[in-house]
Order: sequence, then C-alpha cells, then structure tokens
Amino acid sequence: MSQPAVSLRHVSKHYLRGGQVIDVLKDIDFDIAPGDFLALMGPSGSGKSTLLNLIAGIDQPSGGQIIVDQVDIATLAEAELADWRASHVGFIFQFYNLMPVLNAQENVELPLMLTTLNARQRKEHASLALEMVGLSDRSSHYPNELSGGQQQRVAIARALVSDPSLIVADEPTGDLDRKSAGEILDLLGQLNTELGKTIIMVTHDGRAAERAHAIRHLEKGELSALEMLQPAKV
Amino acid sequence: MILFMLRMALKNALRHRLRALLTLAGIALAILSFGLLSTVVSAWYAGADAASDKRLITRSAISLVFPLPINYGEKIRAVEGVTSVSWANWFGGVYIEEKNFFPQFAIEPTSYLRLYPEFHLEDAELAAFIRDRQGCVVGRKLAQRFGWKIGDRIPLRGTIYAGNWSFIVRGIYTGRDSGTDENQFFFHWTYLNEWITQRYPRRGNSSGVFVIGIRDGGEAALISERVDSLFRNSLAETLTETEKAFQLGFVAMTESIVLAIQLVSYVVILIIMAVMANTMAMSARERTAEYATLKALGFSPGVIGWLILVESLLLCAIGAGIGISLTWPAVRAVGQALDNLFPVFNVANSTVWLQVAAALVVALSAATIPAWRAMQVRIVDGLRAVG
Repeated sequence: MSQPAVSLRHVSKHYLRGGQVIDVLKDIDFDIAPGDFLALMGPSGSGKSTLLNLIAGIDQPSGGQIIVDQVDIATLAEAELADWRASHVGFIFQFYNLMPVLNAQENVELPLMLTTLNARQRKEHASLALEMVGLSDRSSHYPNELSGGQQQRVAIARALVSDPSLIVADEPTGDLDRKSAGEILDLLGQLNTELGKTIIMVTHDGRAAERAHAIRHLEKGELSALEMLQPAKV
Repeated sequence: MILFMLRMALKNALRHRLRALLTLAGIALAILSFGLLSTVVSAWYAGADAASDKRLITRSAISLVFPLPINYGEKIRAVEGVTSVSWANWFGGVYIEEKNFFPQFAIEPTSYLRLYPEFHLEDAELAAFIRDRQGCVVGRKLAQRFGWKIGDRIPLRGTIYAGNWSFIVRGIYTGRDSGTDENQFFFHWTYLNEWITQRYPRRGNSSGVFVIGIRDGGEAALISERVDSLFRNSLAETLTETEKAFQLGFVAMTESIVLAIQLVSYVVILIIMAVMANTMAMSARERTAEYATLKALGFSPGVIGWLILVESLLLCAIGAGIGISLTWPAVRAVGQALDNLFPVFNVANSTVWLQVAAALVVALSAATIPAWRAMQVRIVDGLRAVG
C-alpha cells in the first residue's frame, strides 16, 4: 500500500482567549491517499478552515503530527515551511486573493518567482496554466476586469502553475453564482482526475461536496466518520 | 524576480491615484521648502564661505564704528608674513530710496582690487577707474539690477557722510565663481577722505578696516598677533582676525534667526515624515490580506518588508526628485526678489545632498513600522483581514 499523501496523528489546536483555553480541534486522526479529493464540511466555527490551514502549513498545531508527502511539517521552522509551501501546496481562496496590481498572467507567474525558472520559462508556464483554465485570452486583464468565476480560474491557474502535489481550497465556490461554481468544481475535478492532484476542499455547499471522492464532517473540533462518494465525473 | 517585485512595488505606490498624488505633492513641497530654507542658511554664511584664508581684517579693538589712523597701513606692511595692505571705509549711501540697499565701500583701488582676485575687471576699466577720482566700480548683478552701464552717473545720498554724492561707473566686475558677491559698489577712498578732511579735519586720514594679504594662511593667528601687538596700549588698539572670522562675526549677530530658519526646515521634514508614515501605514494595513497571501504562497516576511520599503523609497524618490528639480527655479526666483538681502543665493551641492538625505530618512522611517508589522502578521490572521 502506498504512503498517504497527508497523514494527521493526534492533531489538536487550541487558542488562548481572555485566559481561557478554547479547543478548536481535538485529537484529529486521519489519512488522505495520493490523488484523493476530500471535502471537509461542518458548521461555522467547527474548525474546518483551521484544519485546512494546518494541512497547508500556514498555521501550527498545538499538538500532534501532520505528515505531508512524508514530511512532518509541524516540526519545520518558519522559513523551511515557507519553502515547503512554495513547492508542495497550491492555494485556492474563497475571495480569490489575487494581487490587484498584477494582471492575470503576472498573478499566475507569482509562485514561480520562488523557483529557478527564468523570465521566459515563467511566462511559458503561466501561459500554459491559463490555457488549462481556459483564460488564455484574458492574460493581460487585471482582476477588476474579470468576473468572479474568471478570477477564481486565475487563482486555480496560480495554484497549479508550480505543479504542487496538494491543492487546498477554502470555500472556492462560496463567492460565486451557481453556473460559475459549477465550472470551478469541474475544473477542480479535472485537476484531480487528469493531473492526479490531491485536493482538500472546505465547503458549506452540499452540492460542491458531492464532487469529492469522500466527505469528512467536523463538529466542535471533532471529526466524523468518512463518508465515501462516487468519484466526480469529468 | 527583483525587477518583477520592483514593478509590483511601483504599481502599489501609485495604486490610489489621489493619495499618491497628494503624498508626492507633499514630499515635493517639503523637500523644496527644505532646500530653499537651507539655501537661505547657506546664503547667510556666503560671505564667510567666500573669504580667503590669505586675507586678514584689522579693525578697531573697541568697535567697527571707530576708524583707525591711515598711517597704521605702513606699519602693518612691515610685519613679517604680510605681503600687501589695503583699506576700506563703509559708506552707507542711499540710492534713490532706502529699499535699494547695496554695500558701498571707499577703497584704495590698486591695492584693494589686487587683494581680491575673485573680482574680475577688464584692464581698461580698471585703468579708467584709477584715473577718475569720481569713478566707481560695481558688481555685475548690481549693474543688472539697476540697469547701469559704463559711463552712467550714479547719485547717492550720504547717511554717515551727509550730502549728495555722485559717481560715474567706470567698470563692472564679474565674480570668479557663483560664490562671489557681485552686488558691491567701490569708489575712491581719496574722494571720501577729501570730503571728510574738509569738514571734519580730525576725522580725516582714517580707515574703517585694513585688509591684509598674508603669505601663508597657516600663519594667520601669528601675524594677527604681531599686528595687534604693534598698536597695543595706543589710543586706537586693533583687533585682527581672518576674513572668515570677521564675516562670521556679522553672522553671529543674527545667529538666532539662522537657528530659527534651520529649525523650521527640520520641522518641515518631521511633518512630511509623519504624513508619509501615515500613508505607508494606511497602505500596508489595507494590503494585509495581500501580504498574507504572498506569505502563504511561500514568500518570506523579508520580501514583504522589502515591498513596503521599496514602495516608500519610490514615493520619496519621485517626490524628492520633483522637489529637488524645482529648487533651482525657486531659488532663482527667491534670489531675484531678495538680491539686496542675499548677494549670493545659489543652490549649494551640500543642499542637494541634504535634500537627498532628508528624503531617504523620510522613506526609511515611514516604512519601518508598517514593514515590521506586515512581516509579523500571522498568515491566518492576515487572510481574515479586510482591506
């Protein structure tokens, strides 16, 4: 059996607020296989975004191990973690988080600034990523000149341009109309089935979650049993 | 990567057009004001700066208003280390009306002008001046100011030496460099001395100051002491000092004004520093989510700090560039308006460097706190921030 892409062992996270300890995640323990597409669901404040942030390496757990591609990221120093994120994780945010002063092409090029690619190679890679999300003709457009769906496509192109093994998506359709949301979910399914990316998606939307292979529910910081679904059709 | 990030910092700097424009205007104005005020301070010291280290000034030890006997000149000339001696009297005449002030000196032409090689005068004009007892030599700027030409008759109303005086322009001197005072008026000491001797015989044959040329500037203190010791315990004791010290003595009388101007110039920089710090703090706060995104993508906190610092430097560089380029025309305009007050009013190289340094200090200090804060922000907190 192959190694899991993501493995969480006794992961906990708590905050101190006004001298009180608030448990956000309690003893989380689960694996995600390479090439899997997992949806994390739960009510607001259940800890699903916190769990996603821990897996993506943008937050540190209070306890436990988070092993991604055989690296225990909980033990990495801040600079090591930044390097690790740059090469292993692609981010998709609810509000796209594009740089407003950069056009689509430049936004997609951004993660490649941290690689050894030269300017021409960066341009080629970014163009290819934009082509994959169907936005070749909008490469010179700035975020404010694009619709929400198009901005999220640019964000997806940015997430995949450095060819990470893991893509984390926090409410990727939360700010989109139904049609655009469907297109974005199609695109995520495509990344999963055609490029073999492991995807972890946080969502409120049951219809969006159905596109995943499996759903995990979080409630009050505790994980429910795995709910297996049919692989998404592309 | 550096070019890409530089372009990003520039775009960020100009992102809010109105804010950027107002900030740039503020910086430009502050740097221009700082340059103008520094030029005023420099102009105050222009006389001292233009002084030669090979010239000494001897005056009455009691006060400048008390004249010294003219025969002191011969005794001074005999002092070891002295190469030449000349003398001058302050005239204090009024040309048409008081506001047309310019300095007038009664001099011994040959020896005096030889001691001031920075005043360039055509040989023919010098000869004509020496020949004509009523002749005068004026500086180029002074001639320009009143439209005087060679041969023009200049009427002056005496204030110290009461009466109506008349002089004929025999020469117009030009300065060796921009630091030379071209606003002076020289005429024959003998012409003045005759007038004094006729009316007040006991006050005749005297001079306000002696100008002494010395062989070696390094011996100035020694020669000054030798000169003053010649006249110690006499009725008219002397005080000899370098020309620079003599000029600085005048500056010292108005030192508090110079200090006030300097203080105002620094306050202007402090104000723009606060304005700029506010602009940078607002910009950085608005972009918290963007900086958090960059960090999430793998950019180090150092890159975030660098982006904010470069943005601040770019804004200050553009603003200071505009301010510095406007300094020359502004100084020219102000100089023309104040040419009777400041005969030398030029932008010194040191002023430009001070402006550059002030802009750099503003840029760095304005960016430090916002950059540090942005570097410290946790990614998860930053991503939640609303711009």
